[in-house]
This record gives sequence, C-alpha cells and structure tokens, in this order.
Amino acid sequence: MNVLVLVKQIPDPNNPYQLAGNRLKRDGAQNVLDPGDEFGVEAALQLTEANGGEVTVVSMGPETAMEAIRRALSMGAHKGILISDDSLQGADALVTARVLAAAIKKAGFDLVIAGVESTDGSTGTVPGTIAEFLGVPLASFAKHLEVKDTTLHIQRQTEKGYDDVESPLPAVLTVTAGVNEPRYPTFKGIMQAKSKPVDQMKVADLGLSADEAKPTQNVNEVTPAPARGAGEKFEDDGTGAAKVADFLKEAKVI
Amino acid sequence: MAKIWVYGDPAQDSTGFKTALEILTKARSLGGEVEAVVFGPGSTEAAKAFGEHGATKVFAGDDAAFHDTIGTVAATALHQLVTEHQPNIILFPMSYDARDVASRLSAKTGSTLMSNATDVTGADGAKTAIFGGAQIVDVKFEGPDPKLVLIRPKSFDAEPSGGTAEVVPVSAPAAEGAKVVERHEQAATGPKLEDASVIVSGGRGLQDPANFKLLEDLAALIPGAAVGATRAVVDAGWVPYAMQIGQTGKTVKPKVYIAVGISGATQHIVGMKSSDRIIAINKDAEAPIFQLADLGIVGDALKVVPKLTEEVKARKG
Repeated sequence: MNVLVLVKQIPDPNNPYQLAGNRLKRDGAQNVLDPGDEFGVEAALQLTEANGGEVTVVSMGPETAMEAIRRALSMGAHKGILISDDSLQGADALVTARVLAAAIKKAGFDLVIAGVESTDGSTGTVPGTIAEFLGVPLASFAKHLEVKDTTLHIQRQTEKGYDDVESPLPAVLTVTAGVNEPRYPTFKGIMQAKSKPVDQMKVADLGLSADEAKPTQNVNEVTPAPARGAGEKFEDDGTGAAKVADFLKEAKVI
Repeated sequence: MAKIWVYGDPAQDSTGFKTALEILTKARSLGGEVEAVVFGPGSTEAAKAFGEHGATKVFAGDDAAFHDTIGTVAATALHQLVTEHQPNIILFPMSYDARDVASRLSAKTGSTLMSNATDVTGADGAKTAIFGGAQIVDVKFEGPDPKLVLIRPKSFDAEPSGGTAEVVPVSAPAAEGAKVVERHEQAATGPKLEDASVIVSGGRGLQDPANFKLLEDLAALIPGAAVGATRAVVDAGWVPYAMQIGQTGKTVKPKVYIAVGISGATQHIVGMKSSDRIIAINKDAEAPIFQLADLGIVGDALKVVPKLTEEVKARKG
C-alpha cells in the first residue's frame, strides 16, 4: 500500500520558544522533527512492512524542513515531498491543509497518516480539512490501528474511553503518541537517507493560485499575559510537607 | 447585525456541552443574533439548556448518525444549514468531536478556522494564548464567512440568561465516512477532574506507576479531590487517558492544584494554569512549574507526599 506521512519541523520543544515579530522564531539551529510525527512515521513503516508498499514523507515548511524529512527517511521511509514557498510564510490551518491536500492528490495514496496535532501549534485541524479536500474519511485520535483487506480499524481515543471505528480506504488517519514505539534511525538508515529522492515543489507546481495560498488570519498584536504573582519557593528541609498542609488549611480545602 | 452560531453536544457530561454553554454566555455579550446547533441523540431535549444560556434558536439533530460517523454527517448537515442561514461566525468547543466537524466544514466553506481560542473579540476576530499562556495573540480573520473558531474549555463562566429557544429539527443527511462500531467506557471513580475542587496531579517525577498510590492516598483525605496526570505518564501507559490534564487532555480550574513531580511542559500548563492556587513539588529547582506556583517545594516527591498525607491527617484531627 501507498502510505503518505505528514511531518513538520518545529523548534526543539525542550528549549523555550521565542518570537520573531509576531511569529514563532523558526530560524534557529535547534529544529527537530516534531516528536508527535515519529509515531506516524512508525505506523506507516509497520503497515508497509506487513502489507508491502512505500512510505512517502510530506512536509510544508521552510527549506530547512528538509532535515525533518531526512530524519523520517533515516527511520526507513522511502521518499519525500517538500513544499517550500515564501508565499506560505504565516500560512494558517486552512491554507496548510489546501496545499498539503494538493500535493497528496498529485502523489496518489491509499492512506495518509498524521499526528493528532503539532507540538508547537497544537491546531489539530489540518488532517480533517485535508480529508475533506480529498473527499475521504477521517479516522482520528487512533491509539491502536490495524488494516485488514481494505478496511482500517482503529481504537479512537474519547473523553470516556475509546470507540472501535472502521473506515474504508483510502482515508486520512491521525495517531496519538503512544500508538507505537518509534524506532531510532540506524547508522545505515542515516547513510541511506542521504540518497533517497525528495521532490521539491512550489505553490504554482501544485496548480494553486497565489490567492489560495494567502493566509486567512492576521495577527493584530501579541501582548504578554498578565503575570501570575510569583509565589514562595522553599528547599525541602523536612518541613516542606507541613508548609503544604498549612497552605491547604489556609485555602480552606481541608 | 452579526449572526453568531454556537455548536454543541447534547450529552450533559461532555466537554462539547459544558463548553458550549460557556461560549453562549460570551456570545450574548458580543451583541448580535445568537443561535445554536446541537447534533446527536438528545439534542431536542438539550435545546432547553442552550436557550437558557442565550440561544434564541436551536437547530437540533437527534439522529444517532451525527455521533456515529467521524465528522462527516455533522459537517454535511452543518454546511447545508450554513448555506441556508449564512451565519457570520461559528464558535465550537475545542472537543474531539467538534474539532473533526469544524475541520471538515472549513474545506467545504473555504473559510478560516482557528484553534485553541481563549476569547472572541467579535464576528471577525479572536484571541489565543501561546507559550503556555505567557503571551496573548490577537487575531483578525479574513476571507469568506462563516469564520470558524474552536474555543478552549473554561475560557468563560457559563451563566444562564433565562431565555427559551425556538427548536428547529434537523435530519441527518447521508454521508460516507468512518463509523463507530462499538463504544468502550472506562469506569471512573471519585469526583470528575473537571468538577474537583482540589487536584493532586502526577508526572514523570513519580518515577514509577505504583507511586500514583501516594497521590490517591492524599486525595482520599481531601474532600472533592481527584487525581490527575501529565501526558508523559499517560503516554507511558502508567495511568488511563481519562486522567490527562493539558492541551490534549482536560482543562481544569480547581481551588488548589498540587503538581507532583511535574516539570511544567507547555502542553500541561495550558490545562491547569487557571487554577485558583497552585502548589508544586519537584526535585528540580529550575523546573518551569515553579514560575506558576504560589507555593513551591524543592524536594523529593516520594518523601514529601507521604509526609504531607500524615500532616493533612493531623490537621483534620
């Protein structure tokens, strides 16, 4: 089967995020493949190992996003597609979905896999909008997945537990962290990734007009939130527990 | 005059229901026509609560198909309603189900969709918090109506206005897609996290799943207390997802939040930062959670918590 995985390069979530003007600063050297996307790559690799087929990694972002694609290729994905265009700076969820859907349609697919949301933006709507643009089902929030014949079976995370959900293929699937254990790239994998093909595209290559790539959200301003008054901090010298208990008493909860 | 729609879920214990009432309360204050759309079994009955919170009209779809397909039937029906009635903006709760409906609708209408909003400024703008709530971003929408906005739970307080709504029945259109074949509910014990007055929450610093018992022992002594967890320990399989607090879990606002062995990742902070008071117990003095804490104890959670349980017992007499 032909599996496409959507990936995003993000600033390392282990470092504090910074602003450049009104946007997230993305020019630092500390960029990584979104850790949430590794679960999608792993799911795709397991499916193609079991059923045959190829894994294509798709990303929209600045040219540095090539590193995120190479990371996924070093895990074992077969090829990549990178859509990089200056006009896409500040693209919102709708525009991102429209551009990715156009690239996916062009490449062809049986299954598109994405994380449930990016770690930096946490928007979580791009996969659903892509599914609608492609005219296929969305199987979302999968914490377990299986493909039997041409049907996708998932356990969909819910507020109260989970639902067993079935979807015909082709479809768009989102996976939660914990759906699998992503593999580490091997040294051989890293070496091979350097020569795997990555198709680079611009908005015009996808048959989209400049208008269709224009952001539909503009930032008026970014202001600091009212700061929470800094509290007291104590090194525990054996009286820490008593201090907490006093605090609870004072708050009238015990 | 702007026409504002609020999308909701009929199940009273769902995020989609509770958050919709909060959003209706806010929508009333924006000055405009406020109407609601409720999909799923029990919608006609739920319309009463939506009316009491400010909707003058409720489009109610009782068909189980609205809930048993992942987004497709609801988005198709909503698109038909939008075409007919032309709202300027639709406000959705940031729930799993609403997210899947709004995301599909965005492609159908070609209109902008914003996630994680914490405030609405009018029919063409909203605000969101970034960096764990440290910065507020004021966003203006462009392009065709209706603008689509997903709003975080507990962004506003729900207050009834005492109105009644005209109910307009909506039938379920046929739509292909992914289908729910069976539901599984995990039995919950104790007060619900969203309703708890005190939350004792654990993270990686507890070192071992068995140590959650320490938090349960403490919570058992405090009236209305519940135990929560971070995404890291839920992903690691230590505790069920129902206990997860944060961006992808629950948003809580207790009187006191006790963060045990939690470093304070942005993903967690957005779910608990509005708590009245925050206590942090963590070994690492540099952990970001201390920047939010009214009281911080730098120490080993495994030592402090059992002692705290004893201290609470003593104070209760």
